[in-house]
Amino acid sequence: MSNQPVDQSRRTWVTMACAAGGAGGVATIVPFVSTFQPSERARAAGAAVEADISTLKPGEMMTVEWRGKPVWILRRSEEQLKALSSLDADLADPKSERKPDELTPEYARNVHRSIKPDVLVAVGICTHLGCSPSTKFQSGPQASLPDNWPGGFLCPCHGSTFDLAGRVFKNKPAPDNLEIPPHMYLSDSKLLIGEDKKA
Amino acid sequence: MAEMKQAPAGASTGEKLLTWVDNRFPASKLYKEHVSEYYAPKNFNFWYFFGSLAMLVLVIQIVTGIFLVMNYKPDAALAFASVEYIMRDVPWGWLIRYMHSTGASAFFVVVYLHMFRGLIYGSYRTPRELVWIFGCLIFLCLMAEAFMGYLLPWGQMSFWGAQVIINLFAAIPFVGPDLAILIRGDYVVGDATLNRFFALHVIAVPLVLLGLVVAHLIALHEVGSNNPDGVEIKAKKDANGIPLDGIPFHPYYTVHDIMGVAGFLICFTAVIFFMPEFGGYFLEYNNFIPADPFKTPLHIAPVWYFTPFYSMLRATTPDLVNVLCVIIGLAAVLNLVKGKGTGQTKVVGLAIAAVIIAALQVFEAKFGGVAVMGGAVVILAGLPWFDHSPVKSIRYRPNWHKIVYGVFVINFCILGYLGVQPPSPTGEVVSQVGTLLYFGFFVLMPWWSQLGTFKPVPDRVTFKPH
Repeated sequence: MSNQPVDQSRRTWVTMACAAGGAGGVATIVPFVSTFQPSERARAAGAAVEADISTLKPGEMMTVEWRGKPVWILRRSEEQLKALSSLDADLADPKSERKPDELTPEYARNVHRSIKPDVLVAVGICTHLGCSPSTKFQSGPQASLPDNWPGGFLCPCHGSTFDLAGRVFKNKPAPDNLEIPPHMYLSDSKLLIGEDKKA
Repeated sequence: MAEMKQAPAGASTGEKLLTWVDNRFPASKLYKEHVSEYYAPKNFNFWYFFGSLAMLVLVIQIVTGIFLVMNYKPDAALAFASVEYIMRDVPWGWLIRYMHSTGASAFFVVVYLHMFRGLIYGSYRTPRELVWIFGCLIFLCLMAEAFMGYLLPWGQMSFWGAQVIINLFAAIPFVGPDLAILIRGDYVVGDATLNRFFALHVIAVPLVLLGLVVAHLIALHEVGSNNPDGVEIKAKKDANGIPLDGIPFHPYYTVHDIMGVAGFLICFTAVIFFMPEFGGYFLEYNNFIPADPFKTPLHIAPVWYFTPFYSMLRATTPDLVNVLCVIIGLAAVLNLVKGKGTGQTKVVGLAIAAVIIAALQVFEAKFGGVAVMGGAVVILAGLPWFDHSPVKSIRYRPNWHKIVYGVFVINFCILGYLGVQPPSPTGEVVSQVGTLLYFGFFVLMPWWSQLGTFKPVPDRVTFKPH
């Protein structure tokens, strides 16, 4: 080390030059990180889809693709609908009050979580970590399910269970009910998924 | 100009050439420092094979990886078929692919055993903390590498495994959902995700991994290797400054390691040729079905090396989060009343505990699961500071410490087993107990590692010449 006194003006310039250079360097990160965002093409692929439910019988379910995700359309039978109102004690959020804006549009904030009581439209992606739950419509005791199983959906990944209105059961990894996508009826048997009357 | 050395008169051409190089690049110096005059303790046992074996597997993965990239197509529409093309149509392609897929599992086998060695002989204790931390970072890189590599064949398990793990990031409060989109590059796992994982798996992470391996070795060679007795061999040196219990790495340990390599290759090739899928553990059967975004396989489980951590993730239900909060609270209060630290550190401990409890309660159990799984990996890095035992090696610890380590290993294996199984109520309770045991082992280590009667540590390593 030399024992000359520190030249403060040089030191100031060195500090400023380093700061300016550093800021430039950091700013360069922005375009690189930006390339990680969804591309324009990916953003454009989010249009609404139509579904014809005229052939769907009670107890049957069909799946359509919307934004790359499976959307379930389930026509519930009379008994299945009746059973829904008796489950409140076992459900984490029976009245769909959590994150209503994200998960449950206004017209689905009811016990059956749907516009028409029998037709459930829900995104078939578990709110835990994004697996697609499998259908377990048969009620009663069976593997991986409780003995008083009322019929519903079981996520194979982490064992979350949902009832036939996509409401999550208590004390399961999934925090929320299944998402109800925005949807509307174009006619009695034609559904539009991805848009609703508000939009 | 630097001082130029001269080869002695009458030196061979080779010697002259080496002198020429040495005047321009420290070839001989590096060779001496890291190989011929790197003095390693002479009492290395079986457990000391796994460091060099990890290097061997790294080389196997890099070489086979380069050859796979020549035929693989990182495109969601082509990836699955290109892997099958390598397996069926590329001459000997199946061998290269099986070497790479078996190599991934072999890497974790070797690294887990290597970490276990460090654990029982206290190889992370002063002055080897950085060796250990570089090792932990290597383990993290390895996990990232394995995870991203598993997406590339674009099978069902590739797709749904990636879907689940990326959604883990979405559980991080505030930034999570945007972060998950940034990782996927789309709103769902798709072509963009596959493409970037390919880039990261093939270029980015291996570069970081290699850098860390170099840092791991430089740090190790700076402080010297530990040994099964946990005795510092540098404490006793001969007149030339060479440790009395040290032997040069070459030729002694190079030859020794060749035996390890032979044993390893027997097992490795046996798997490649006779059971490359290893009963669905190395290559899961569902991954022979092309990715289908609409259908989650009925049972999805990660590859075996992730399952202990995956079990802990699954075990984190709201009930377990509450139990954790009570335990953390009690620990903080106990520390306040009975701990040895100063008043300041006690208050800081209490504040940290309060913040953790608040975070776990405010954010949903899903975040708790992610925090537990991440914590289970990160906590390893704290080992040098958790262990307060007066001796390094398990050999001179109280006998019941061996039981503690035994329970830890068995518990880790049980968690691994449960992570492969479909979710079940019994499995959930067992894995919750297992999760508490796993964390208890580390968190309570400052306390239990000091308890008991320790045996006297010898001055020199114990070694019987054959």
